[in-house]
Amino acid sequence: MAVLLIADVNAGELSVDATAKAVSAAGALGDVTVLCVGANCKGAADEAAKIDGVAKVLCAEDAVLGHQMAEPAADLIVSLAGDYSHIAAPGTTDAKNIMPRVAALLDTQIISEVTAIVDGDTFERPIYAGNAIQTVKSGDATKVMTIRTAGFDAAGMGGSASVEAIGAPADPGLSSWVEDKVAESDRPELTSAGVVVSGGRGVGSEEDFALIEGLADKLNAAVGASRAAVDSGYAPNDWQVGQTGKVVAPDLYVAVGISGAIQHLAGMKDSKIIVAINKDEEAPIFQVADFGLVADLFDAVPELTSKLG
Amino acid sequence: MKVLVPVKRVIDYNVKVRVKADGSGVDLANVKMSMNPFDEIAVEEAIRLKEAGKADEVVAVSVGVKQAQETLRTALAMGADRAILVVAADDVHNDIEPLAVAKILKGIVDEEQPGLVLCGKQAIDNDMNATGQMLSALLGWSQATFASEVDVDGDSAVVTREVDGGLQTIKVKMPSIVTVDLRLNEPRYASLPNIMKAKKKPLDEKTPADYGVDASPRLTVVSTKEPEARSAGI
Ligand SMILES: Cc1cc2nc3c(=O)[nH]c(=O)nc-3n(C[C@H](O)[C@H](O)[C@H](O)COP(=O)(O)OP(=O)(O)OC[C@H]3O[C@@H](n4cnc5c(N)ncnc54)[C@H](O)[C@@H]3O)c2cc1C
Ligand SMILES: Cc1cc2nc3c(=O)[nH]c(=O)nc-3n(C[C@H](O)[C@H](O)[C@H](O)COP(=O)(O)OP(=O)(O)OC[C@H]3O[C@@H](n4cnc5c(N)ncnc54)[C@H](O)[C@@H]3O)c2cc1C
Repeated sequence: MAVLLIADVNAGELSVDATAKAVSAAGALGDVTVLCVGANCKGAADEAAKIDGVAKVLCAEDAVLGHQMAEPAADLIVSLAGDYSHIAAPGTTDAKNIMPRVAALLDTQIISEVTAIVDGDTFERPIYAGNAIQTVKSGDATKVMTIRTAGFDAAGMGGSASVEAIGAPADPGLSSWVEDKVAESDRPELTSAGVVVSGGRGVGSEEDFALIEGLADKLNAAVGASRAAVDSGYAPNDWQVGQTGKVVAPDLYVAVGISGAIQHLAGMKDSKIIVAINKDEEAPIFQVADFGLVADLFDAVPELTSKLG
Repeated sequence: MKVLVPVKRVIDYNVKVRVKADGSGVDLANVKMSMNPFDEIAVEEAIRLKEAGKADEVVAVSVGVKQAQETLRTALAMGADRAILVVAADDVHNDIEPLAVAKILKGIVDEEQPGLVLCGKQAIDNDMNATGQMLSALLGWSQATFASEVDVDGDSAVVTREVDGGLQTIKVKMPSIVTVDLRLNEPRYASLPNIMKAKKKPLDEKTPADYGVDASPRLTVVSTKEPEARSAGI
């Protein structure tokens, strides 16, 4: 068995954490070839070659592949598919955009958000916002899947695989990139941070979200939010944690003014330690919290932040 | 331009999901079912395009059990013009996989020739996040997933997408498949008069065979279990 693993590359840079976790998951399936795709991705390919357990790196560098547009990226992956039993990618928004397209072109049913690999045909994945875990067996010749990386340890960086440049597909001319609005931040990245502090609707306004950010900065944490907080404009969309946002599993998750709806829990209940601050002692978040503080966040958060010195 | 909106009947998002004791799946007997929340947003967007004069007909489609009629009536009450139900299962516990749904939808697109298909980004039951992308691949059309803003202008559309790093804007050639995210719009509630009117709107029934599609699953469910419970604090 051989695996083609699509690396997470953003603006020419490899997301080492997501890719190395996916490599350690995919390693159970066979030899792992990593594919880097982008307008510039030589640097990402060289970095991917260092990940332990990578047999080989393919680097497809071409303007048509910039910004990970789904149509040319899927065409490229399909053109390489013949050599592999499994095609996998970490479950980023790019992969969720591209991989179902790859699967349909190969007449294969995609297996989304795999959380455990049982054997070459059999996989576990969460359904109903993580309220059930389903084990599924695929009868398709080529398995196409995305991997939910939160549950896997990252492979080490002691490898030295070879890097091979490969050609790019013709431009299908279906869509083109216009712009990215990416917030620059010195905080750790949400999905790989060791500590996450999240705010919910309880925070009440965009201005008061600074309380959450202040606490996060004291803890060197990433900042998260519930959907209600994002919908209300308190926080940007890429901070959303949950069924339809990001899935995180940090060592410490602090939920502030979040009720603990199942769709939110779906994104954070695998955190090692969960701390909840909520003024309603009946809030469901307390059912999953290791430490709960029944308090007004406008008292508790400033106090906590100041005590952290 | 005609807009096609696939809508899925799923367990209502407020219902507490229970895994069946024999591990065969999730218990869907006698639980409240509703339109997938993302699909309500897609229906709303289609109706707004019609109200803005950019679309002239909105057709809602559902693939699944006969009871999905109710879901289609909801779409009609919101403002869709007509509906197509593809009866592909006789038991609510038999879900149709995205690949099969996409193949059936392709058959409908070939017949109906819409200029735009608006899907939900994911169904909240199986969370596959796949059908729209698969349909786009089968048609060889452009795709724009996770849309939080859609601006259709003649033979192209500019779409803002919710991605991991923030927002991305792309331009797609029409016809296109757009999958919608939560912040695209706030769906309207159907008024009582519109619910009454919806009962008289056309609803065609089809089968997968009408489109030459074999809807049997590629994946077999080995088991379904409850996630490991966390022990509560305090
Ligand atoms: C299809 C679908 C997908 C969804 N996906 C997601 C998702 O990915 N992520 C997500 O988060 N949600 C998601 N939701 C929404 C989810 O169901 C809840 O609506 C949301 O999580 C509630 O957010 P909240 O807890 O911030 O707000 P609320 O429900 O309003 O809770 C506010 C909480 O803060 C407490 N509070 C208020 N003021 C204070 C104060 N001053 N001090 C202390 N506590 C206070 C209240 O007691 C309450 O418990 C989804 C819903 C649907 C239908
Ligand atoms: C292995 C496996 C086997 C399965 N077998 C079973 C089973 O035996 N029993 C069972 O209960 N479940 C089963 N399913 C579920 C099935 O494969 C998928 O859940 C389902 O086809 C849709 O995927 P999704 O929910 O993620 O939708 P997505 O791909 O995320 O849906 C996106 C959008 O596609 C459109 N769409 C999706 N479905 C329809 C529809 N029916 N009609 C119209 N539009 C639609 C909607 O616009 C929707 O919002 C199985 C799932 C797996 C993983």
